[in-house]
Amino acid sequence: MKVANKKVTAERLVRDALEKAKYFSDYHIFTFLNEEVAIKKAKEIDKRIAKGEKVGKLAGVPYALKDNFLSPEGETTASAHILEGFTAPVTATAVAKLEAEGAIMIGRTNLDAFAHGSTTENSYFGPTLNSHDKTRVAGGSSGGSAVAVALDIVEFATGTDTGGSIRQPASFNGVYGLKPTFGTVSRYGVVAMASSTDCIGFFTKTPDDMNLLMSIAAGQDPKDMTTLPDYYDESETKSQKDSLRIGVIKEFDNDSVSPEIREALKKKVELLKAKGHEIVEVKMPSLKYALAAYYIIVPAEVASNLSRHDGVRYGFRSDKSADLKNLYENTRNEGFMPENKRRIMIGNFVLSSGFYDAYFLKAAKARTLIVKEYEKAFSKCDFLLAPVTPNPAFKLGEKIGDPVAMYLEDMMTVSLNLAGVPGLTIPAGETKEGIALGLQLIGPRQSDKNLIQFAKELA
Amino acid sequence: MKYYPTIGIECHVQLATKTKLFSEVDNDARGKEPNSCVSPVDYALPGMLPRLNGEAIKLAIRAGKAMNCKINAASRFDRKHYFYPDSPKGYQITQFYHPIIGPGFVELANGTKIRVEHAHLEGDAGKLTHFDTYSLVDLNRVDTPLIEIVSEPDIHSAKDAHDYCKELWRLMIFAGVSYGDLYNGNMRFDVNISLAPEGVKKLGTRVEIKNLNSFRSVERAAEYEITRQAKLLDNGEKIIQETRGWSDETGKTTAQRSKEEAKDYRYMPESDLPPLNLSAEFIEAESAKLPLMPADYRQIFGNAIPNDTLEILLDYPTLMQKIGEVGAKTFSLDLVHSRPSSRGSFTSLGQQPSRDTVSRESSGALKLIANLFASVLLAEEKSAEYLNDLPLAKDLAELAEMNEKKELSSTATKEVFLRLFDPQMKGRGAKNIAKELGLIQENDLGALEAIVDTVLAKPETKKAQDDFRAGEEKVIGFLVGQVMKESHGKANPSAVQEILRKKLA
Repeated sequence: MKVANKKVTAERLVRDALEKAKYFSDYHIFTFLNEEVAIKKAKEIDKRIAKGEKVGKLAGVPYALKDNFLSPEGETTASAHILEGFTAPVTATAVAKLEAEGAIMIGRTNLDAFAHGSTTENSYFGPTLNSHDKTRVAGGSSGGSAVAVALDIVEFATGTDTGGSIRQPASFNGVYGLKPTFGTVSRYGVVAMASSTDCIGFFTKTPDDMNLLMSIAAGQDPKDMTTLPDYYDESETKSQKDSLRIGVIKEFDNDSVSPEIREALKKKVELLKAKGHEIVEVKMPSLKYALAAYYIIVPAEVASNLSRHDGVRYGFRSDKSADLKNLYENTRNEGFMPENKRRIMIGNFVLSSGFYDAYFLKAAKARTLIVKEYEKAFSKCDFLLAPVTPNPAFKLGEKIGDPVAMYLEDMMTVSLNLAGVPGLTIPAGETKEGIALGLQLIGPRQSDKNLIQFAKELA
Repeated sequence: MKYYPTIGIECHVQLATKTKLFSEVDNDARGKEPNSCVSPVDYALPGMLPRLNGEAIKLAIRAGKAMNCKINAASRFDRKHYFYPDSPKGYQITQFYHPIIGPGFVELANGTKIRVEHAHLEGDAGKLTHFDTYSLVDLNRVDTPLIEIVSEPDIHSAKDAHDYCKELWRLMIFAGVSYGDLYNGNMRFDVNISLAPEGVKKLGTRVEIKNLNSFRSVERAAEYEITRQAKLLDNGEKIIQETRGWSDETGKTTAQRSKEEAKDYRYMPESDLPPLNLSAEFIEAESAKLPLMPADYRQIFGNAIPNDTLEILLDYPTLMQKIGEVGAKTFSLDLVHSRPSSRGSFTSLGQQPSRDTVSRESSGALKLIANLFASVLLAEEKSAEYLNDLPLAKDLAELAEMNEKKELSSTATKEVFLRLFDPQMKGRGAKNIAKELGLIQENDLGALEAIVDTVLAKPETKKAQDDFRAGEEKVIGFLVGQVMKESHGKANPSAVQEILRKKLA
């Protein structure tokens, strides 16, 4: 990671990044460019460097912020109409930690509204284009962040991963993307999608950058009671054995997966073997329930978390309303995207009286099975290596009209969120047409640091 | 037909924590600007997460113990969804499936035990004020910690409904978990009532009267509802399961919402808060902080203090505490240990733990102080002010002793009692105050005899003396009065009478 110093100023780094952001504006990566503040902050850092003062580990490093992180710099819209005009009076814990180390946000990145989606096509501001092929989707929901890193606009970008929203766009754009263990990075100040599966993570160009960011952002936060006690820096990488046992999930290695992705997996398996690691096949039959369970639990939490957007206190309010009921209906009808509404409806349905046991409770039980399935898998191997998606980045508009086809693209990512285990997308070459490919490394809970370390073996 | 009413009550109690249930802003919004006690969490900005207030957990444990309830080591929070501007999040954080407080009971003064089904922790809602064409929202009250106490349907009269609510109020203020200010909505009651023909076990259709804010309204609403439902049943009509509202002005309940219109709250686990797991030590440490409760005072002082006086005083925790202290002074009553260490739990319902009580014989001082509190102090205009700044127990004990030894007449006792509240006199001691005011009665028989002799020597008492000797019993009063006058009120009248009778015999 390029950090500002006496030779390369922070202002230079930031101006370069802003320049590139503008150059690639047709990709629709940013919803907001933080020009004025970013340059001002860069100058301050340069002054401190000139004076020989101590600066942070990320001094002058330009980064892109997914537009669902709260900070007073620019509106926090989550790419949703209903949050238009909302400037946060508070700063997300993750953002505060990055900024304390001198990182400089140069812009907010596009996402599927409220992070609902796998392509950024659900953004109120329109879709972000794929870094390798502008006719294809960037992936999502953190599409803007993934492309910003893939096009080398910034050193790193933040993301959120509720069911694959970091790993999938990382895979579609050929960069590293980490979904940490649930509770590793504070969710405080990040627009909630599903409270029990939301994870804050990053896009980087190298595993070392990822490690650096995690060592800064991870940690228990009194403002988020679901954060784990500090563990990240204590998890000793040196203790890792020279030869590891890597599992390949049998259920994810069949005809439903594109041949090119299977080929990429095979290549990495051969590489690992050549490096002296042992490869084992792991059967995880319960994972077949993951997608169904996910699309019950997550919409339920989504419906609940989106209840606060009612047009009463902040953001967009429909002005056509005659009474309170009207105000709610019109504001939410005009303010949410179709995919938001779909999930709100599914969520409220599965929670409604008489259906709770049949849907939500059953999904919660399936979730327990999946947690146990992962525990069992990690009793047989150190890490798992698996595809991220059944297919590489597809064409814009190809699946947007078919929600089920779209949801099926999430089948390999969502189980990690249900189990709370970490997953790291690593670049894995390209298709014949030059489309980026990726694979995900999966580890047991709190193995994040070792997982990042091990990714170096696969480079 | 005769009907048997069955009543269950849900009571919301605002806990007296410094900060709110899920944020660090001031919980006490009394006298503050609207929307001035609201954090980004209470305001439900996106990305804000609840942070559970440990003090609320402690108060909930004490409240539970005050109701003889089991405290559940493992409890959890859930979301209850509804759209209304008083609920910024669009849901209330409550404990629907796993409440912190388990089964227990509340014992009324008449010995009736009302079982508590459970009580749970939750956040309060904001307040709306409606005007002609608009409404104003005040979120100061949002997520003030509440416990909702749900009774079993063990109540069968409007009077018991009243007494149950009042006893709950006493428990909460004695336990120090709530300010118990009903006027400001610190406690609110929902009353469920159904009627069944006498002798029929199956309960009738239930009607809920929501949001009552005084014991009197609970009683009146229950009375009204019992009569209303009985009339309907007598006419062969059906009771509709519905929610009704009560008006103090009209004295009537009116329909608000029927079961068909009932909201679907779409309960789900609150995954922003981890499950609450309390250690046995933590629960025990909090339980141990529970002071004596009304039932304890009834047990300890039931023999010493007349029932009606005691029931008046049981509305005032500070007075009962002071009486306890006087008891400890005069009888070395061990109040800490007079409370059984394991309070009657739900399982031991019906068994009375044995404890020390003050016997009737040794109770003069307590009875006196209780009476002074009930009939003198509470009648004072400044009583509310006085309640928070009571005299020292040793001064009260001294006062009681002087009264018992007849050094003070009952009038003088009252006088000195009130002087003990006087900031000028305070701390000087009852005896010194009595001396300064010249109120100590003359009990020295020799001195009294001398005064009596002086009076009897006066010509104006001659006729009275003759009349008494002639059997006119009444005139003794006149003679006693004369002696009192001569002694400037310091003589003990009964001693004077005794001497007079001897001399005139």
